[in-house]
Amino acid sequence: MSDEQVTKKFLYVNRKAPYGTIYALESLEVVLIGAAFEQDVSLAFIGDGVYQLTKGQDTKGIGVKNFSPTYRALGEYDIQKIYVEKESLEARGLTLDDLQHLVYEDEDDDWAEKDAIKLVSAKELGEIMEQQDVVLSF
Amino acid sequence: MEFGILVNEGPYQHQAADSAYLFAKAALEKGHKIYRIFFYHDGVNNGTRLTTPPQDDRNIVERWSQLAEEHDIDMVICVAAAQRRGIVDPEEMKRNGKDADNIAPGFRISGLGQLIEAGIKADRLVVFGD
Amino acid sequence: MSMLHTVNKSPFNSDGLSSCLQCALAGSSVLLIEDGVYAARRGTQYEALVQEALKDKKIYALQPDLEARGVKSNLIDGIELVDYAGFVDLTTDHDSVQAWL
Repeated sequence: MSDEQVTKKFLYVNRKAPYGTIYALESLEVVLIGAAFEQDVSLAFIGDGVYQLTKGQDTKGIGVKNFSPTYRALGEYDIQKIYVEKESLEARGLTLDDLQHLVYEDEDDDWAEKDAIKLVSAKELGEIMEQQDVVLSF
Repeated sequence: MEFGILVNEGPYQHQAADSAYLFAKAALEKGHKIYRIFFYHDGVNNGTRLTTPPQDDRNIVERWSQLAEEHDIDMVICVAAAQRRGIVDPEEMKRNGKDADNIAPGFRISGLGQLIEAGIKADRLVVFGD
Repeated sequence: MSMLHTVNKSPFNSDGLSSCLQCALAGSSVLLIEDGVYAARRGTQYEALVQEALKDKKIYALQPDLEARGVKSNLIDGIELVDYAGFVDLTTDHDSVQAWL
């Protein structure tokens, strides 16, 4: 998209639960639009942000659109790095099995389907954060 | 250096709009440039010209408009967030069949790509929100 | 050169500060702004957390936010105060900025 072919490392930091406020949904909208710019994109889910990825969301009773299936489309937008902070998940009594299974197809490995979610410790996430050029938090 | 600034909260409700403004002003005073200020979430409410704050209070919207005019700053309101919250420019008014517009001088409505572009083009992107 | 983290919420109301300090690497900086400045005071239940962080990180607090809240005295030793111009300098002195919203 950009004439100079600048590639920056973009990290989207999600620290808020879905539905209680609109941040999670509107953050996802930025990620989807941003994918067209072919930057080096990562997503991080920390704190209550991990609740965005849980399985089995059913919003019929609150009259709000369930946007959780959209996370499963992230792979089609070539988003391959979805970091979930281990400490946050554990503090909430959750494991990876409680989260949706998010995958992408690896172009460099004969389009093999791979897990997009990577469970990382706070310190590992800190290292990843330090490598970023642009950090968008919502 | 050139800054991109993201404002995620509306005026008066949250300090974010004040912090972002004071940061932008300080950056300009130090001789830096501002590539773009992008307003998202309830931050789009910074761009309605219909606010009437009390006389003895700061006028947040006017303050933005003046800053944009004095320093030729590109201030962009996200179209998707604006449509949800009723921030309307003449073009949006026509397109969505509304009976009025309310966008303040110095602001323009555009897509989220403008935020990503600010991230790419600016040297630093600073986020203010809740 | 490293990352500047900004924290804008009271530690009593949000896990922003503790989460930030868990992730932030040695040598990075944390700037307390808005309600985040309450963590700069001595004698709170978060003082130990801040003291621990000061061992390998720089911690700053935005002076106008401290003054506005009447809490500019009795601050934890080692926390440096900056004004908005100093905030701008911190963003240019670091490679990137992350807001812990």
